[in-house]
Parts: sequence; C-alpha cells; structure tokens
Amino acid sequence: MLNVYKIREDFPILDQQVYGKPLVYLDNGATTQKPRVVLETVERLYNRENANVHRGVHHLSTVTTENYEAARDTVRKYIHAAHSLEVIFTHGTTSSINAVAFSFGERYVRAGDEIIVSGMEHHANIVPWQMLCDRKGARLKVLPVDETGDLMLDKLENMMTNKTRLLAVTQVSNVLGTINPVKKIVETAHAHNVPVLVDGAQGIQHEKTDVQDIDCDFYVFSGHKIYGPTGVGVLYGKEKWLNEMPPYQGGGDMIKKVTFEKTIYEDLPLKFEAGTMNYIGAIGLARAIEYLQETGLDHIIAWEKELLDYATEKLKKIPGLRIYGNSKQKASIISFLIGDMHHYDTGMILDKLGIAVRTGHHCAQPLTESYGITGTVRASFAFYNTKEEVDVLYNGLMKVVEMLS
Amino acid sequence: MSIQEIQDEIVEEFSVYDDWMDKYNYLIELGKELPPIDPRYRTEAYLIDGCTSRVWIHAELDREGKMIITADSDAIITKGIVALLIRVFSGHTPEEIKDVELTFIDKVGLKENLSPTRANGLLSMIHQIRMYALAYYTKQQSEKKD
Repeated sequence: MLNVYKIREDFPILDQQVYGKPLVYLDNGATTQKPRVVLETVERLYNRENANVHRGVHHLSTVTTENYEAARDTVRKYIHAAHSLEVIFTHGTTSSINAVAFSFGERYVRAGDEIIVSGMEHHANIVPWQMLCDRKGARLKVLPVDETGDLMLDKLENMMTNKTRLLAVTQVSNVLGTINPVKKIVETAHAHNVPVLVDGAQGIQHEKTDVQDIDCDFYVFSGHKIYGPTGVGVLYGKEKWLNEMPPYQGGGDMIKKVTFEKTIYEDLPLKFEAGTMNYIGAIGLARAIEYLQETGLDHIIAWEKELLDYATEKLKKIPGLRIYGNSKQKASIISFLIGDMHHYDTGMILDKLGIAVRTGHHCAQPLTESYGITGTVRASFAFYNTKEEVDVLYNGLMKVVEMLS
Repeated sequence: MSIQEIQDEIVEEFSVYDDWMDKYNYLIELGKELPPIDPRYRTEAYLIDGCTSRVWIHAELDREGKMIITADSDAIITKGIVALLIRVFSGHTPEEIKDVELTFIDKVGLKENLSPTRANGLLSMIHQIRMYALAYYTKQQSEKKD
C-alpha cells in the first residue's frame, strides 16, 4: 500500500503556500511535479557530467553517451519495446506526432488518402494530421464520441477503407479521463491493414503500457507528464516503419556521411535525432521512470483509482455539478461544470483558495464544442494527491457555489 | 469627473478589502449589476479574442462627441472587470481615452489579469477600447477640417 504522506516528501514543490493557503495541486494533466531524485539527477549532470553525446573522445562525453543510451533502454523496458532502436527521443508528444505526420506522410500518404482521428483528441493529435492532409490533398475523418465519453467503436469498422493510411487515437482523454481500449482498436485497425499511432501523453503515467501487447505501430509521450523534465519526449515506432520513413529533420548526428552531392543517413534511432538532443532531459526522464518503478506502478494505479472514486462521489454531492466523461474506464481526471457557473470564474476563485485546476477547452476544442460548452473545470490527480486535498477542493467548490449563485 | 479621478475612486473603494474573496465578491456584484449588452452586439463581430471567457465590446459616440461603451462577458468575474472599464472609459471623449494611462488595475491587485496569456483577455479589451477611441478621434479630426 502506498503511503501518500511519505511520497509527498519526495516532491519539494508540494510543500508551499499560495495566497497564504497550502498549495493543492490538481493540474497534473497539464504537467506533473518532479521528485527529488529527478531534480538531483539533472543538477548532478549539469554540475559534474555535462558533455555532448555521441561526439567526443573524451571522458565526460563517453559518460553522457552511456547514460543517454541507458536512458533509452530504461524507456524501452518501461514500454516493453522490442528493441532500443525503436525508441526515439524528441522534445515531447507534440514533436513526436509532428515527426510521424511528416515522415510517415511523406512516405505513405497521397492525394485522396484518409487519416482517421478520434473526436476526443488533443489539438496535438489533430492539427499535425490536418496539416498533412492539406499538404497531400488527403482527408481527415473523425471517429465520434458518445454521451458517456466513450469512442463509438462500432463505427470504426465501416470508416476504414482501402484509402485509410493511419489511425491516430489517444490512450486516455485529457478532458474526459476515458481510458480507450487501444489494444482492441489496434486489432480492428490492423484487420484492415491500417497502422495505429497511440497518443500516450495522458496514459503513460496512469496505465501499465506494453507497446508489443497493444501492438500499436507508434506510441508517443512527454517526459514532463510522467514526473520527468520538460522538453523531452518519446517516439516509439515499429522498426519496419521507422526504417522505411525518411528523416524529418536534417543536421548533425543523424548522418553517416555528408558530401555536397549526397548524404547518407544514420541507422535507427539516430536517423531521427538530428542536432543536440535534450540528453539531460532524457536521462532525467529515465530517473523518473525508475522512481515510478521503485514506488510500484500497481500501488500508484490503485491509489489513483481510490482518489478518483473518492473525488467523484464527493463532487457529485455538490448541487448542480455535472461531470463530463463518465466512462467505466477512467484515469484520475475529472472535468465538470456547476449549474450555469462559468469555468473561468470557478477556477479564479479556487486559485485564490490555493487550489490549482485547469479551466477552458483543454486544447480539445472540437470535443468541448461537441458538448455545446466553451470549456470545463478540470481536476486531474496524481499519486501524490491526498483525500484531504479532495476535501479542500470540495469545500472550495462549495464556496464557489455560495459566491456565484 | 476625469478618468484619473474615477480610477482613484475605484482604488479607494477596493482599499477596504484585504481579502481576495471580498474583492471577488465585489467584482461579482459589479458584474451582476452591469446590464447585458444589446443582443445585436453579442455576436462574433464584437467578440474579443480571450481564451476561456468571452467578452463583447461596442462603442459609439453620443451627440456631444463622447464615447459610450457597452460590454458584456459570459464569466461573471470578468464581467465585473468589464464594468470597471466601462466606468473608467465610458462618457469621455475619444481624445481623452486614446492616451489614458490605466493605473487602477495594478493598484487594486488585478495586474495578473493583464498578462498577455491570461485567459480573460483584459489586455485585449483595453486594446479594443483604445482602437475604438483612436478610430473615433481620427474621424472627429477629419470632420473638423471639413
């Protein structure tokens, strides 16, 4: 069983006051806080071990290169990829998706082809595909979401045609919290020879993820949402795709030989890692993953589930509160509105009570618009949150109701 | 009263509140008292691009050449801020409005709302009011010449 009070001691930022009130950080869907071991790793690297990777003959460069490649292997094991060369470091989920949209698009997408996304995608998993469709004269199709916040999977079968080149879908909705049955989705898509990209930005920190079991073709996530540093992310791709896809950025480190006539690219994974990568971020990310493993992912998942259930029951007691996203399979994310109270007013008042939530469309405008609203208030929980913090949120919302009605 | 005097008056009013909740309660009260904007102006054309709360602003000149501003928001705290802006600007000449220095926002503790990324778009509202003022001022000047 996870001792949340002990866990909290690992996260220095949590122990502070804002506006004279203890900080209650419930915006973990936007970014997560960093455990001390990650902060210490990053600081040690800059203090003692900083040198560019893959370049030097000297000691520090060798050490950093070894650490960087070890980080790649830590990520590989964590997502259970078959080979380290299938793990590409990027700047985050957004840059990973853009990389696939460009490289995969260049190689496989032509005029008249189709890309499918779901109706609950973050803008990062919509716009790069729209841009690809614009470049190639292809068409974007949308798999709809039902009232409870689940994907209408019965429609997927008929949406796929021999023109469908790729399906991009999120593992967990950043607004609704829905955990999508990605394994089943991949199975359906593969039956029609359609490869699948899974956006793991909101999934990787809440779910055990095995890319070979899911059998997805691409899996992407950000370091900062899994208790690691900002500015680093991961693109996992099956070797067969990554080998065939052209690089999306040219530069140093991604080449074997350069002449003015012709350049020969490096093999995987370096082919997709042009220029100086955020190697300190990558090593920090690996330390964050190790921290989660030391804490125990099963304990983390169990505690987040308990928090979600407790918070859901508690919030439902608030008169006029409506929860958006009522799937049976949910991560610890609750989006809601109270009566006709504006999400912005609600968030402003909570802020002054020391409670950090997100308000607005959460970069998923098509989804919030489909509910006929401009946005929601979103409380997203991490395993360092407590039931007492849920109570503070509840009391804060009662105060909001009192002030706004 | 001059724009500066009105601003001083607002600062004076807010000075009695040392608690954030009291300030917000006052803004909520102002928001509730502000009459809704004419439905003709609660449209896309008069919408200020904020992020999460929407604001509509309309300005016209009365017979004395003073700018009459009406505005609205779908969020009540934002609407309270809108009410303050109307109180400061509306009823003054475009010439007075276009160059005025806004001092009260900082002094009453609403400065954080002025950040360009802040969701209520206060900065855009002020910009929009100044644009109206500049446009009407230019128009008045050219009419004088004729």
